[in-house]
Amino acid sequence: MKHSISAMLLGTALAFGVAGGAAAQDKTIKIGVLTDNSGLYADLGGPGSTVAAQMAIEDSGLAAKGWKLDLISADHQNKPDIGTTIARQWIDVEKVDIFMDVLNSGVALAVNNVVKEKNSVMINTGAATSDLTNAQCSPNTVHWVYDTYMLANSTGQALVKAGGDTWYFLTADYAFGHALERDTAAVVVKSGGKVVGTVRHPLNTADFSSFLLQAQASKAKIIGMANAGGDTTNTIKQAAEFGIVSGGQKLAGLLLFITDVHALGLKVAQGLNFTETFYWDMNDGTRAFSKRFAERMKNKAMPSMVQAGVYSGLLHYFKTLEAMGGNPHDGAKVVAKMKELPTDDALFGKGTIRADGRKLHPAYLFEVKKPEESKGPWDYYKLIGTTPADQAFRPLSESACALVKK
Amino acid sequence: MQALYAQLLVGLINGSFYALLSLGLAVIFGMLNIINFAHGALYMMGAFVAYFLLNLGGINYWWALLIAPVIVGIFGMILERTMLQWLTGLDHLYGLLLTFGIALIVQGLFQNYFGSSGLPYAIPDELKGGMNLGFMFLPIYRGWVVVFSLVVCLATWFLIEKTRLGAYLRAATENPTLVRAFGINVPRMITLTYGLGVGLAALAGVLSAPINQVRPLMGADLIIVVFAVVVIGGMGSIMGSIITGFALGVIEGLTKYFYPEASNTVVFVLMVLVLLVKPTGLTGRAA
Repeated sequence: MKHSISAMLLGTALAFGVAGGAAAQDKTIKIGVLTDNSGLYADLGGPGSTVAAQMAIEDSGLAAKGWKLDLISADHQNKPDIGTTIARQWIDVEKVDIFMDVLNSGVALAVNNVVKEKNSVMINTGAATSDLTNAQCSPNTVHWVYDTYMLANSTGQALVKAGGDTWYFLTADYAFGHALERDTAAVVVKSGGKVVGTVRHPLNTADFSSFLLQAQASKAKIIGMANAGGDTTNTIKQAAEFGIVSGGQKLAGLLLFITDVHALGLKVAQGLNFTETFYWDMNDGTRAFSKRFAERMKNKAMPSMVQAGVYSGLLHYFKTLEAMGGNPHDGAKVVAKMKELPTDDALFGKGTIRADGRKLHPAYLFEVKKPEESKGPWDYYKLIGTTPADQAFRPLSESACALVKK
Repeated sequence: MQALYAQLLVGLINGSFYALLSLGLAVIFGMLNIINFAHGALYMMGAFVAYFLLNLGGINYWWALLIAPVIVGIFGMILERTMLQWLTGLDHLYGLLLTFGIALIVQGLFQNYFGSSGLPYAIPDELKGGMNLGFMFLPIYRGWVVVFSLVVCLATWFLIEKTRLGAYLRAATENPTLVRAFGINVPRMITLTYGLGVGLAALAGVLSAPINQVRPLMGADLIIVVFAVVVIGGMGSIMGSIITGFALGVIEGLTKYFYPEASNTVVFVLMVLVLLVKPTGLTGRAA
């Protein structure tokens, strides 16, 4: 009896304590994962991103320290208008503090504006466009995992160096494809190569044979695929059918994810070169996280770099709020503090966030293994080159971002 | 000029899928008066069944061409028996909504278990490789798709328009009471017809499995275009849907060459134009 009374008193005291703290230093965080939960990018972000966010919440240990964390998720269906509607509702009604994932460059650029206008926070781990930290940079946005400049720089340069000096682009016809094509073409030309042509296909195309025939007729040595997800896997599969690779042309996957390689199978994907900033089998830290992640996924998939970025980005966000002693619900202030603190986690290693919102870490050039080299499911990549963090992304001297002092 | 021939041929290949799918839709609409929005999901199921037959049962592509349509057809007949048959006599809208709902559920279930990026299915060894036609490199598999679907389309047309069974079917659509009076089991015939239409969708799914990824949304992406094809050809017209299917594939192929940005809208532009001039579609009869 005595025990229960003292427990009750303690409980009341705690409740008051938390409530009292809330007035001075609010310790609630609401995290929103805005992603493609049902379309062509759902495997590389989607439900897996929510799983990664949940893991970050658990691993942060904040709940035990009296913080209250909430996680919600929504499907933007790859439509910028739906994305911004959800973003406004999340900020105004749901009081969401931070947007995670937000893949699809079109949606990301639109949400970027809303987040800035409403002074919220976005850690973008899914969208590719380098504009997020360049012309469209924002004091409320951190671009975590990769961007088109980095992909172009790493994969593009490596392929031109290896002799692929004429390029034909097969480009997804929206913000992302255009940005990737633009950035890669710039690298190709700068490295002494030439772009002989380009064809733009609608997002989510099932049949690429017309476009592939045009690429084939161009006689370019490299066919650069400035598309992603299901579009890329279909292109690769059908290119094999039309004898493009056996005819001497090389396919360059400018943006490929491990989920794409898994979907294609090694027989079709072998030999492809592309760049990622995370692979589950890099070191003990990545392996431990990825195994835990896969166990929670319905199809036992390993995490893509987008999903890994959600985990890593959220941990840094939590660390920042903890250092601030509470959640000020002031996006620009939190992001400024995030930029001050160095980042460090098991998945991306040590890094920093630059003034323009760009998170810096090394970029890895991979080659897909041959079926006989692979030891089992998800053992897909060979590391063939690393670009150090300070060279992987657009140098600030070339930046058009207003946040960068010159 | 060479590029043009190549695009024409590629258009024909895509046209074969449009033709097979719109044919199934036309059969179902013509005989059951149901706008079958689940067609895309059933097409997807065909591809998945082929995948499972190969990977779980070791049953190859050729058998899958036969078995998958039967399995999915039976699934379709169960749908018809348990749900669709209750909609006889109601407005088209009910059938459309019901089948649309079924499509969403089926796609959602598949996506839940298999993700969105799909599963690989290889081209059968017998059809690997390609031939150089001078103006293009034609993968043998694509050639096979055109020939095979053309044969299936014509066989279906023959079955419905030229055989006694087809005559019963058409009569049952015109006047079910009278046909029943002749001792023909009309409900069973309608169920079988739905199964046939669904089987055609599944067959197209098996055909497309080696070309595209076997993805839960493969049908959802295609079905809207196929509906436009059916509308252009005239709802319920068998030959109309076959011809329009192939023709629109070619037109789309040419658009991909001349103005690729419009390639996913050209079919709808055509649909609007046709509906403005001839509201019943190119070969449709006035209702």
